[in-house]
Amino acid sequence: MAETPHDDGRRAPLPPVLAPGHTYGSVTATISDVVLARALDWRWAVGMGIASSLLMLFGGAVANLLFRGTGIWGINTPVMWGWAIINFVWWVGIGHAGTLISAILLLLKQQWRTSINRFAEAMTLFAVACAGMFPLLHMGRPWKFWWMMPYPNTMALLPQWRSPLVWDVFAVSTYATVSALFWYVGLIPDLATLRDRAKNKYIAMAYGSLALGWRGSARHWSRYKSAYMLLAAMSTPLVVSVHTVVSFDFAVSVIPGWHATIFPPYFVAGAIFSGFAMVVTLMVPLRSWFGLKDFITDRHLDNMAKIILATGMIVGYGYAMEFFIAWYSGNPYEEFLLLNARPFGTYSNAYRMMVFCNVIIPQLLWIPAIRRNPIVLWVISIFVNIGMWLERYVIVITSLSEDFLPSSWAPYSPTIWDVATFLGTLGLFTFLLFAFIRVLPSIAIAEMRELVHEKHHEAHAAHAGHGVDAAEAREENR
Amino acid sequence: MSGPHAHGQEAPEVYGLMAEFDDPDRLVEVTRGAYERGFRQMEAYTPFPVEGLDHALGYFRNKVPRTTFLGAVAGGLSGFLLQCWSAIYYYPHDIAGKPLYSWPAFIPITFETTVLGGAFAAVFGMLYFNGLPKLYHPVFNAPSFALASDDRFFLCIQSRDPLFDPEETLAFLETCGPRSVSVVPY
Repeated sequence: MAETPHDDGRRAPLPPVLAPGHTYGSVTATISDVVLARALDWRWAVGMGIASSLLMLFGGAVANLLFRGTGIWGINTPVMWGWAIINFVWWVGIGHAGTLISAILLLLKQQWRTSINRFAEAMTLFAVACAGMFPLLHMGRPWKFWWMMPYPNTMALLPQWRSPLVWDVFAVSTYATVSALFWYVGLIPDLATLRDRAKNKYIAMAYGSLALGWRGSARHWSRYKSAYMLLAAMSTPLVVSVHTVVSFDFAVSVIPGWHATIFPPYFVAGAIFSGFAMVVTLMVPLRSWFGLKDFITDRHLDNMAKIILATGMIVGYGYAMEFFIAWYSGNPYEEFLLLNARPFGTYSNAYRMMVFCNVIIPQLLWIPAIRRNPIVLWVISIFVNIGMWLERYVIVITSLSEDFLPSSWAPYSPTIWDVATFLGTLGLFTFLLFAFIRVLPSIAIAEMRELVHEKHHEAHAAHAGHGVDAAEAREENR
Repeated sequence: MSGPHAHGQEAPEVYGLMAEFDDPDRLVEVTRGAYERGFRQMEAYTPFPVEGLDHALGYFRNKVPRTTFLGAVAGGLSGFLLQCWSAIYYYPHDIAGKPLYSWPAFIPITFETTVLGGAFAAVFGMLYFNGLPKLYHPVFNAPSFALASDDRFFLCIQSRDPLFDPEETLAFLETCGPRSVSVVPY
């Protein structure tokens, strides 16, 4: 990719995708022991405690919302979307990195995706679960959510198919379903491994039932591979469509700052940007807590940092294009909003922080040493997470708060319940992730064995004919 | 597959002979050799998909792709027709004289239902053709078969193969350099 500089002269050779010396058995044991053999880790317990507390806060916030209605949030005319929609878009975006890693990088035969795809897919599922909370709660009467679905009813009503909001219902629910299927299919062989390794009879029965009786037959694997590759091939356009449709929620309207053709690509790039940042945020502590540094190496961090840098630049281009089109269109409302209200108006602090977090801070990733320093990279990923939340804040709030007629403007500020609901979904997300780490293998074991096999063949081929340089060259090209 | 007691007097005592290997490439060679000797009712078990193993067993007719295609077409058609039916016939809405058959607006949902139909067909088709879920299977009786999900590679020649002979087949498998060969009871 042109954005990333080549390490001229290969001063520091790239770290390997898999630490040397691993066999099928060692890979299996290391990963499955995290679930089956490892004792309770105090850091895990503390994290789970915090997550559970926040989850209870979420329960309280939702209960209050159900009793008293959406008025407990800061939303009011003209800003009726508020934090609920900001959080929805933020969470959905985070999910996208998981699908990118599991599907797109699979089709591109990127070996380094193997050790992070399971975890990233789990992150996708949990992020989409959190995202789904917000439109549901924002409806005001969540108990009537099925009205959005087409079904025969006594009111003789069906959804308005020409509305992007209805497209969104289909896009997000399809995305959640297909991501869950993809994740589960990937898990089946690993559940069989856990079944076969579990010492406790009941644990073995539980994993055995979930593994559906998988026995690793060659014919089964053949069909399995087809299904897996086809799911990847279908998830690839699906993930692009989801954030495109989310951007249609904005772009199809005529609100200044929203009615822009750049929205779909700019939203998709932003989604991948924020998603990879979240993967880094979660991976850096995970790999050190659970002794997985052999599988999630500095090479993974380096590659993810490069993707963050590249997609961050696309996001920066999106910001620049918004400026340009606002000026070039000559539309006074667009000009006012983009060239005046956002950078200099009521919410200019959020806007400037957004540019700082999303455009300026990621530029540090040009430096190879920073890309491979887990702590610095982790801090940068936090900046990106915050920056991408602010981006959605800027888009939702500024455009609604100050649209056409100054007489209909009104400022927006969140209430404590907005904050509680958002923190609550952070708790839900962390709770699910922490539970997942202890209950299911967070690295795809079968795929790691396949990687060991491939590495073995590469080494063999290099030894036989092409010499060591060929293997190194291939290694570098990954 | 008929059960052990399905035929009464002809019920075979054993399911087959299971040879255990350390190396996937060796397993592919042995499987190819067994196929060339004429064995057809056999199956290999591996902890990860081994390239070429399905072809070595003589298996080429994978129906998952076409099932997925049919599922995707069915999903797309039903999504599109549902929208047409409801927007044109069941619940027509005249908004400023705009056409009822506004097909471009129906495309996003058609796309989503296409993917949904394809994904369901791929996953459930794969499970259906694999005969899963099936929690019990005779091969689980083979000793050390638990390692088929870890680091061992197995070839099972089944007793229903016409060429199967308890002694000769055992002798053949012993010549292939396995770690062990064992009898798989029902």
